Amino acid sequence: MDRREFLKKAAAITGVCLAGSRTNVSAAESLRLNPDRYGVLIDTTRCIGCRRCEWACNEWNKNPNGPLKSFEDKSVFEQVRRTHAATFTVVNRFQDKKGARPVYVKKQCMHCEDPGCLSACFVGAFKKTSSGAVVYDPSVCVGCRYCMVACPFDIPAYEYNDPITPKVTKCTLCFDRINTEGRVPACVEICPTETLRFGRRSDLIQLAHERISNNPNKYVDHIYGEHEVGGTSWLYLSSVPFDKIGLRTDIGTKPIPSTSKGFLFSVKTFEIIAAWPLVFAALYAVAKSRKKDRKETPAAPKKKGGEDGKKQ
Amino acid sequence: MEKNSRPPLSSWVRDKIFLGMSFGDYLKSNLTLSNAIFALILIVAIPVMVYRLVYGLGPSTNLTDTNPWGIWIGVDVLCGIALAAGGLVMGTMYYLFGMKEYHHFVRPAILTSLLGYIFAVFALLFDLGRYYRLPYPMVISYGLTSIMFLIAWHFALYISVLLIEWSPAFFEWVNLKKFRAFFQSLAVWATVFGVIIAGGHQSALGALFLVAPHKLHPLWYSELLPLYFLLSAIVAGLAMVIFESTLTHRAFKRQMEHFDHAKFDRLTLGLGKGASAALFTYFMLKVFGTAHSNTWEYLNTPYGYWYLVEILGFVLLPSFLFACGVRYQNVTLTRWTAFLTVIGIVLNRVNTSIIAYNWNASERYYPLWTEVVITIGVITMGVVAFKWIVNRMAILYDHPGYDARH
Repeated sequence: MDRREFLKKAAAITGVCLAGSRTNVSAAESLRLNPDRYGVLIDTTRCIGCRRCEWACNEWNKNPNGPLKSFEDKSVFEQVRRTHAATFTVVNRFQDKKGARPVYVKKQCMHCEDPGCLSACFVGAFKKTSSGAVVYDPSVCVGCRYCMVACPFDIPAYEYNDPITPKVTKCTLCFDRINTEGRVPACVEICPTETLRFGRRSDLIQLAHERISNNPNKYVDHIYGEHEVGGTSWLYLSSVPFDKIGLRTDIGTKPIPSTSKGFLFSVKTFEIIAAWPLVFAALYAVAKSRKKDRKETPAAPKKKGGEDGKKQ
Repeated sequence: MEKNSRPPLSSWVRDKIFLGMSFGDYLKSNLTLSNAIFALILIVAIPVMVYRLVYGLGPSTNLTDTNPWGIWIGVDVLCGIALAAGGLVMGTMYYLFGMKEYHHFVRPAILTSLLGYIFAVFALLFDLGRYYRLPYPMVISYGLTSIMFLIAWHFALYISVLLIEWSPAFFEWVNLKKFRAFFQSLAVWATVFGVIIAGGHQSALGALFLVAPHKLHPLWYSELLPLYFLLSAIVAGLAMVIFESTLTHRAFKRQMEHFDHAKFDRLTLGLGKGASAALFTYFMLKVFGTAHSNTWEYLNTPYGYWYLVEILGFVLLPSFLFACGVRYQNVTLTRWTAFLTVIGIVLNRVNTSIIAYNWNASERYYPLWTEVVITIGVITMGVVAFKWIVNRMAILYDHPGYDARH
C-alpha cells in the first residue's frame, strides 16, 4: 500500500465514521423503537371526503362536536384548513384543475419516529410510546410553544383562549384505545371506504409497496412518511404528486432532532474546554493585581518589614 | 450602643430611598417631564398586562397555531438579551483582558445587563401559557434534548452571575463593608463563569431556530445560526455600551462632575475599534454562510433585497463607519454608528424570529396593539429601574468610601 492509497483509505474510513451515524442508521434503529409499533396508512385515492373521521375524533377526544349530519357540509373545503386546539384532524380537498377528480387528504399528527416536538420540549412533556404514538403530558407543560415551532408539519395547536391552564393539543393516535387488543383509532374505525388502515407500521409499508407495484399507473411511486423527517407512523399513498395535495415534499429525510443535536453537543464540549483557559486567565489577573497591590503599598506590612530588617 | 451606631429607620429611609430629602420634597423632585412620560406609559401598560393575565393569550395577542411566537419572543427576549451583552463584553475586557482603563464602563454595563435579563424574563412570563410554572425545567422535569432547556438554565445561572457582579455597588449603598469585600473578590470568578455561560446561551438563542429549517427563510437559516447570534451579541454589547454611556452621561450630568471627558471620548473610540472589527468578522461569516449553503439565488428576490438591507446597511456600513470614526477620531460619528448598529441587531432578531419565519406560509403575523403596549411597558420598567438604582448607588462614579480598584 503506497502512501497515496493509505491516505485515501484513511480519509474514506474517517468519512464513513463521521457520516455513518447520520446516513446509514435509520431513526428507528438508533432510537431502538419497538419493531411492532403501529401506524396508519392513508390511501388518498379512496377518500370520499365524508369527514366522518373528524366527527369520530371529536367524539372520542371529547372535543366540541356537532351531529354527524353537519359534517356533510362541503363548504368547508373552500379553504385549506389546519389542526386547531379542539380539532385534532381535518380533511382538505385538493383539485389540480377544474373538472379533475378532487383528492381528499386527512391531516393529523404524523407521530414521527424521531419527533421534533419531543426534542424541542424543555420539560420533556412529549413521549414516543412503544405503540408508536407520540403523546403529550400537560402536567409539566410550561406553555413556551417551542414544540409548535419545531413541528415540520405544523400540527400542535394551543389553547390560546384558556388564560390559566392552556394546553398543547394534537392527535394522540388514540393511544388510549389501541393498547387494547383489537381496537383501532376512532377515525380508522368509522372510515367507510377503508381509506385508513391501522396496523403494524412495517406491515403497512409492505402493503403500500404491494399496492403501488400492483397498480403502477394509479399511484405515485412513493410512500409519504416512510422516510420523511426520519419516518412517520402515518403513511400516505397518492395518485398525484404529494406537494399538490398539501404535503410538503421539501422537508427531507433528516429527523428534526438531528438539526440541534450537534449544537448541544458542541456547546457542552466547548463549555468544558473553554473553562480552562478562562480560569487561568482569571488566576493570572488575580495574581497580577495582588502583585500591583504589594508594589503600591510597600510600607503597609509592618511586621514583615521588621523581620526583613533583622535578617539584614 | 445600639442607638448610637445605627441611625433610626426613618433617617435611613430618608437617606437611602428619598435621596436625603423629606418625602414631600422627594415627590416634588420627581415631577419631571421624563417621569411624566414613564408614568403615562405605565398607566396604559399595567392594565394591559393584567388583561393578558386575566383573559389569556387569545384576546391579547395575534398569536396563532401557525405563528406561535410574536414580538414578546422576537423583541423582548431575543433583542433584550442580545443588547444586554454589554456586561459580558465589559466584564471580559476589564477582568480577563486586564483593560483597567475601562473601569468606568464596567458597572453601568453590568447593571444594564442585569436589568436587561431580568426584564427579558419578566416579558417572557407574559408569553408563557403557564407562566407560574417558570421553574419547572429547573426542578420538576428535564427536557435534556431541548435547546430551550439549555437556555432556561443558562439564563438562571447568568442572572446569578450578574447579581454577584452588581452586588458590590449594592453593598456599598447599604454600607456592608464585609459583604462588599467578599462579593468584590468573587467578581473575577463570576466573570469567568459568566463568559462561559453567556457564550453558551447567546449562541443557543440562535440555535433555537435550527429546528425550523423548513420555516425560516434560507438566507437567514444556516447551520451557523448559533455563531451568528454569538458574534452579533458581542457586537451588540459593544454598541450598547457606547450608546448607553452616551445617554447616561447626558441624563446623569450631576453625577459626572469630576469626570475626564477627553478620556471618555478616547475610550469610546477604543470600543468603536472593537465594534468595527467584530462587525466585519460577523459580515464575513455571513458571506461564508451564504456561500456554504449556496443560497445566492435568493438574493434576487424581495426577501433577498431585505436581507441585503440588513447585512449591507446595518452590518457592513456601521463596520465601515466605526472604522472612519477611529481613523478621524470622530466621537460623534462613533456614537451615531453605535445607534445604527443597535437598530441593526434589533432588525436581525426580528427578521429571524418574525419576518423571515414562516416566509412561505400564507398566514402572516403582525403584533396586536396590546403586544406592543406590553413590550413598551416592560422596557419602560427597565429604564425606571435603571434610573432608580443609578440615582442611589455608585454606578457611574466611584464610591468615596471604598477602594475603587477591583
